[in-house]
Amino acid sequence: MRVEIKNLSKAWDGVVGADNINLDISDGDLVAFLGPSGCGKTTTLLMVAGIYKPSGGTISFDGQVVNEVAPKDRGIGMVFQSYALYPHMSVFGNISYPLKLQKVDKAGIKQRVQKVADMMGIGDLLDRKIAQLSGGQQQRVSLGRALVKEPQLLLFDEPLSNLDARLRLTMRGEIKRLQSDLGITSIYVTHDQVEAMTMADKIAVMSKGVLQAYDVPEALYDRPKTLFVAGFVGNPPMNFLDVEVTGSDGEFRARSEAIDLVLPPDRAEKAAAIKGKVAMGLRPEDVDLVSDASPGAAGLTLGGMVEGVEPLGREDLVGVSINGVEMRVLVDKTKGVKVGDNIELAVDTSKIQLFDKETEQSLLWA
Amino acid sequence: MRTFGLLEKGDISLTKPLDSDVPDVATGFRRPQRSALGRRFRATVTAYGFLGPAMALVLVFFIVPGILLLILSFTELSSANFNDPWSYIGFDNFSRLFTDRFFPKILRNTFFYVFTTLILFNLGLALLLALVTTNMPRRAGFFFRLVWLLPRLTPSVVYILMWRRIGQADPFGIYNQLFPEFLGASGGNLFLGGSPWTFVILTNGFIGASFGMIIFTSALESIPKDLLTAAKVDGASLWRIIRDIKIPLIKWPLLFISTYQTLSLLTSFEYILLLTDGGPGLFTTEVWALTAYKRAFASYAGNSQWAFGATWAIVLVTVALILAVGYVKMFKFNELIEEPRIENL
Repeated sequence: MRVEIKNLSKAWDGVVGADNINLDISDGDLVAFLGPSGCGKTTTLLMVAGIYKPSGGTISFDGQVVNEVAPKDRGIGMVFQSYALYPHMSVFGNISYPLKLQKVDKAGIKQRVQKVADMMGIGDLLDRKIAQLSGGQQQRVSLGRALVKEPQLLLFDEPLSNLDARLRLTMRGEIKRLQSDLGITSIYVTHDQVEAMTMADKIAVMSKGVLQAYDVPEALYDRPKTLFVAGFVGNPPMNFLDVEVTGSDGEFRARSEAIDLVLPPDRAEKAAAIKGKVAMGLRPEDVDLVSDASPGAAGLTLGGMVEGVEPLGREDLVGVSINGVEMRVLVDKTKGVKVGDNIELAVDTSKIQLFDKETEQSLLWA
Repeated sequence: MRTFGLLEKGDISLTKPLDSDVPDVATGFRRPQRSALGRRFRATVTAYGFLGPAMALVLVFFIVPGILLLILSFTELSSANFNDPWSYIGFDNFSRLFTDRFFPKILRNTFFYVFTTLILFNLGLALLLALVTTNMPRRAGFFFRLVWLLPRLTPSVVYILMWRRIGQADPFGIYNQLFPEFLGASGGNLFLGGSPWTFVILTNGFIGASFGMIIFTSALESIPKDLLTAAKVDGASLWRIIRDIKIPLIKWPLLFISTYQTLSLLTSFEYILLLTDGGPGLFTTEVWALTAYKRAFASYAGNSQWAFGATWAIVLVTVALILAVGYVKMFKFNELIEEPRIENL
């Protein structure tokens, strides 16, 4: 099902939950609503579900405006962070409830519930009470209940946030596989950008009720259009440095009291036109440790002192102070970087991002 | 290397036994050495210390009077027979009770009064009020609940006398003055003498409903919003949400209110005493507890039959106990406190 959201807003007594949201979801896509808590992603989801009434704008399913359609008539299935299972019903009772309300005959209910339960790997738990299930099992029941009525649109409200880390990883893959196998259009609300990056066809990044960006995951990562998106997408997060970009004779430099870097012209051109400081973004993985700094590399490397090392297993997350400016970079753990070391970092300047500090817009991707 | 305060504290409590004679890191106080036996003794004392006051109350105000009542019901004690207080007469009082000409009528009255008031008002109206006031804007809901609580703030005698004024016969009663004709019939038909049960049940129900209303409201408000959203998305109408989700989830308060209100209606008689005194006529609105009270304390042909009153009371207590057990069984109390069987995925 195609979902179109046009100029959608929600406000309660002056508090804005969602502000003029516009986005289209193609049939069969999984779209993640990503943002910190209170950014309006759940508010928007509940408007799509029909639980909240929009203050303005429209929501359309396959071209039909559904603003006035009751939740039960929208053909949606929903999965909650809290699972929201009916505690007084058995697993069978929970999964069969939507069908019972549709007045499906008994034999039909039994067959469809069994099919969905088998698909979710909980076929042998149907007579259990909800309290007798683990968190992962409960989330499977909740997913089964959403799927059993064969919805046109699946809504996920942080479905994995209550699960432990290992289970979250398993369920992430399962939900994604199930969703693409069944081809059900889905909206997936999360504050976990790894979840959004790995599962979504497109990500809508939201902040303070405003849609910041709506694009495929790689684009958000490589070409963030706003400072917020750049800082929110990516883990560990991007480093930001205040620099002044100047250009003369085709050579562009980013300068501050702490650093002096040569930038490629295609990146720096627009920033050079701005008087005063701009925000330069540098991802932790876009640097390389150089063992012996040759003087010829001036303008291409940053020197600093190691202030902290967090081993992540495959690599070390190293906190470096570059003339007083803090940065966090990822370094191969075999280099054996220790606190107090003086290190030299080669910067992949073809990957740097530049933002206007006032408008917070990118100076690379308008 | 810098150590963190938090780590230090954890370290000590992990490696040293809790009761050892070392300064407590958190408080700095020295803990005295204590033996296992002493600890268990202290735990027992603490438990009984907490239970004690409640146990004393139950003992003094329920167990002891119950036993006295039982003993009393096998005697002839009355104001006319005071010089021979403890003479044993076997089951005479009981056979007299069960062969009483008005016994069937009083029994019928009691069950009619208790269950009509309970179902229509103490449960029905209470649940309706709770459902309605939780489905309106918060402030409005609060206001309406407050209005329904007002009778509780009125002294019960004043409250009952007001109902009496309303229900008095033509031409005195407020009701009969305001509506001399009601739906074509003479309003006089609805006065206290004409339909006494209506007034008895309304008087009790209007005050009784507010208790359930408060309990049900708090129970309904504590149902997670997600569950209601899930039910709406699943396709449930307002009525199905109430029937399938809300009511099953407030089973505990429903059990509590049913049991509590049944028992309190069974034993309450002061409203009927002041409103109709069991009348009009012979035993029209007389209930069990009122009979027990009248036999024991109201002068009955110049004689307070304490022992006979005690017999009515002890039978009532027995009936109440049986009903209480029945409620617990009906609501499958044991299922409600079942141990969960959680296993890992």
